[in-house]
Amino acid sequence: MAKKSKVIEKEEVVVRFSGDSGDGMQLTGSLFSFSSAIYGNDISTFPDFPAEIRAPQGTISGVSGFQVHFGHSEVYTPGDKADVLVAMNPAALKANLEWLKPGATIILDVDSFDDKNLARAGYKSNDPIEEDNLGSYNIIKAPITTMTRESLKDMGLDNKSILRSKNMYALGLVFWLFHRPIKDAEHLIREKFAKKEKIAEANVRVLEAGYNYGVIIQAVTPSYHISPAEIKPGIYRNLNGNRAIAWGFLLAAQKSGLELFLGSYPITPATEILQELSARKDLGVKVFQAEDEIAAISTAIGASFAGNLGITSTSGPGLALKGEALGLAVMAELPLVVVDVQRGGPSTGLPTKTEQADLNQALYGRNGESPLVVMAASSPVNCFDYAFYAAKIAIEHMTPVILLSDGFLANGTQPWRIPDEDQFPDINPPYVNNPANQWNVYERDPERLNRYWAIPGTPGYQHRIGGLEKDYLTGEVSYDHHNHFKMVKMRQEKIDRVADFIPPLEVHGDQDAELLIVGWGGTFGHLLTALEELQKEGKKVALAHFNYINPLPKNSYDVLKRFRKIVVCELNMGQFANYLRSKFPDVLLRQYNKVEGLPFTVGELKNHFEKILEE
Amino acid sequence: MSDNKKLAFLEYKSDQNVRWCPGCGDHAILNSLQKTMAELKIPNDQIAVISGIGCSSRLPYYMSTYGFHTIHGRASAIASGVKLANPKLSVWQITGDGDALAIGGNHFIHVIRRNIDINIILFNNQIYGLTKGQYSPTSKRGFISKTSPFGTIEYPFRPGELTIGARGYFFARTIDKEIKLSVEVMKAASKHKGTSIVEVLQNCVIYNDNTHREITDKKFKDDRTIVLEHGKPMIFGKNRNKGLVLDGTRLKVVTIGEGGITENDILVHDAHCEDPTIHLKLADMEYPEFPVALGVIRDAEAPVYDQCFIEQMDKIKKESKIKSFRDLVTSGDVWEVK
Ligand SMILES: Cc1ncc(C[n+]2csc(CCOP(=O)(O)OP(=O)(O)O)c2C)c(N)n1
Ligand code: SF4
Ligand SMILES: [Mg+2]
Repeated sequence: MAKKSKVIEKEEVVVRFSGDSGDGMQLTGSLFSFSSAIYGNDISTFPDFPAEIRAPQGTISGVSGFQVHFGHSEVYTPGDKADVLVAMNPAALKANLEWLKPGATIILDVDSFDDKNLARAGYKSNDPIEEDNLGSYNIIKAPITTMTRESLKDMGLDNKSILRSKNMYALGLVFWLFHRPIKDAEHLIREKFAKKEKIAEANVRVLEAGYNYGVIIQAVTPSYHISPAEIKPGIYRNLNGNRAIAWGFLLAAQKSGLELFLGSYPITPATEILQELSARKDLGVKVFQAEDEIAAISTAIGASFAGNLGITSTSGPGLALKGEALGLAVMAELPLVVVDVQRGGPSTGLPTKTEQADLNQALYGRNGESPLVVMAASSPVNCFDYAFYAAKIAIEHMTPVILLSDGFLANGTQPWRIPDEDQFPDINPPYVNNPANQWNVYERDPERLNRYWAIPGTPGYQHRIGGLEKDYLTGEVSYDHHNHFKMVKMRQEKIDRVADFIPPLEVHGDQDAELLIVGWGGTFGHLLTALEELQKEGKKVALAHFNYINPLPKNSYDVLKRFRKIVVCELNMGQFANYLRSKFPDVLLRQYNKVEGLPFTVGELKNHFEKILEE
Repeated sequence: MSDNKKLAFLEYKSDQNVRWCPGCGDHAILNSLQKTMAELKIPNDQIAVISGIGCSSRLPYYMSTYGFHTIHGRASAIASGVKLANPKLSVWQITGDGDALAIGGNHFIHVIRRNIDINIILFNNQIYGLTKGQYSPTSKRGFISKTSPFGTIEYPFRPGELTIGARGYFFARTIDKEIKLSVEVMKAASKHKGTSIVEVLQNCVIYNDNTHREITDKKFKDDRTIVLEHGKPMIFGKNRNKGLVLDGTRLKVVTIGEGGITENDILVHDAHCEDPTIHLKLADMEYPEFPVALGVIRDAEAPVYDQCFIEQMDKIKKESKIKSFRDLVTSGDVWEVK
């Protein structure tokens, strides 16, 4: 093999696979990310689905993408912009131009750049490279369709199956580009199509053909080398946020000895939690696909009343429907976890896009004084941990908990080091232990202020609860005005005391920074990357990222007070900033907000922070 | 013991003062329910009574069982969760015509469609009692109320028709003050596996007094109602000389001894028949053309959701290779970093 080819050593690379929804880009992307992870790189991925299920072929609205960021050191985000773009048709090229780094490599299927497809993508000429001024990019014009046909010509496959294998050609080429052993992909493909041997064979052939094409063109095309990252030993798998949430609840059920009950109604981007748990009958999970979100939360409340761990999963519009029932759970003081995987709003908004604009709804979206615990996960894999801890708090404190995730966390993946279950604490349901004749329904634990749980079916502990105000001790209906005020304060105090059981707020970066970046939830990866890059440039910056929102960690005020400049960054118009202002009116907060249905980019964050530092 | 038996229903009374208006039909329904439980000897710790919101929905507070007074319209959903969480419990839902058929209409039809083993007692007073007298989804067309001062311009739901339309397998009707009949149908509802709907014609003395009087009044009840019993001919009337026959595809009231009609011509009630056609006709009978049907109108067998739920889970548990959390998280595409 001629060795004149140029190999570029890189710390990290972002690859974006893009094509028509039928082009198999999600599979291609996940195969590539999995083999990168096996190779030893740290990775972060994000799929970008078209909003319509069957958008017209070849159009920009039908483009489906998958972005993989992998590196020699830790990566926290799927990357702002791509070093390599695979564009299976003109629409995929056009849709992604904004998301390319200067000088990026673009792999095109030239065969699909015909007049019809060019027109569908909105090109006016038949030369998109000229039209979009792409001269400075490194463009590989590969005849992917022709070559795929060529390599499968003697297999007797129908046209559709042949065209379906095109993505493997692109994958093979990308494998060559990054010096990846093709065996890894071959193995995965054979596993994936274990039941369709012929298809597996075809895919492997095309993959090899793509790889060989790379070898042929290497003289003119540079390739990349990214060394493996230093990764903690252990067993790993790729995990997205939705699955991580589902699994976190499974562990919580095991650790609490409770049966898990999910009542849910499908809604993007939360549906996968429902689907994932529906498949887990083998682990005894009870899943109920309700007629609407109100029924979904109501069945979960009923299940908790009857002694299960009741949970419900939804997105913003569904949370709106659950408001009244959440109030009932506050009043009845039963364990309940509500997962809100946030998407762009208001109304139906941008269902497939990400946003953090449900915070106010989670904190305040109920009638009456109706406090509950609000938490937020901050990476795809820590969705697992926060689901577990949300359940732990709900059970041990006998309270509803809202766990916020978002579309970005839900669909993004990261390698997950499979934890040892022993690393997680036990969950102790506060079952009533007084003898039946010495027990009062709203008697409380002196420390946590939770009431005790008496499970229907237990002789002697029959009791009635409900949404009407309760006597502070007996739980009987009470209209007494003093009692009401007492109970309002008690319910608040119970939530406030959760702060005694959660970890303190951490400060990443320079403890004596000039600027403190504040964030919450799914923006963590971008904020941390911006912080680390600024630190490398010698800037003094720090990051305080919140996972516990109500109540806040006890040291929150002390942390904020230490910094002169603070900027609260969130994907909404400033909901968390205003919440912090309401708690700490003397702390001056700047804001950085974006509501485009997209995550932050590290680039825009750095720009903004640099400006603040210069002020 | 015999004394005890009579008083056994007291064991199901809680220590709370009953707060319904004096003369309200709800008192008698509560009584019937407690008697039913006593006769069935269901231990009160094995019973969960779930309600929504309304005068009727206050009932759980008056029972010495487990109880949950929830939110308006959602009792069917909450009761479904209770039953699936703990299928051994005897679960009863108490609901009003507004609670079940207006705000809770969606949950009502879906619990029936699924056939979850819950006994639903629907207090039908054709009015919103708790909110003081607005028309409800069962108020007769033209009904005058605080929110329909010129009469309603909408047809009411017929709970039996709705139940059968939602593929229900048990529907019975009774009258609040007919305690004996109520106990009979409530017992049948409890024994029926699957969702049971018991419509109770209930009188709201304050906001809709005498709404059912033209059929429930002692003076003419026998002529204007028919108590259906499985396997018995559909005969009614003070003189037990009226009956129901099929005339083409329609029901018809006939008089035995007139026009050559004998007892043998009268339809025999088959509550267990899977086909709901006749049940629907019976449930829909209205005075004055027909007598109003009371008793168990439909009581047929069908797969029960909560049982299937358990059976399916047991089967999957046996078949699946995944037996633990550990098995799950380490299955599929994993890799080791050394
Ligand atoms: C969400 C909500 N909307 C409205 C109400 C007011 N409300 C309470 S009970 C009721 C109607 C009750 O009628 P019904 O269910 O027939 O019960 P009844 O009082 O007649 O027994 C209404 C409208 C409420 N409690 N909650
Ligand atoms: S208002 Fe009517 S339904 Fe309500 S308690 Fe009084 S009589 Fe009964
Ligand atoms: Mg009513």
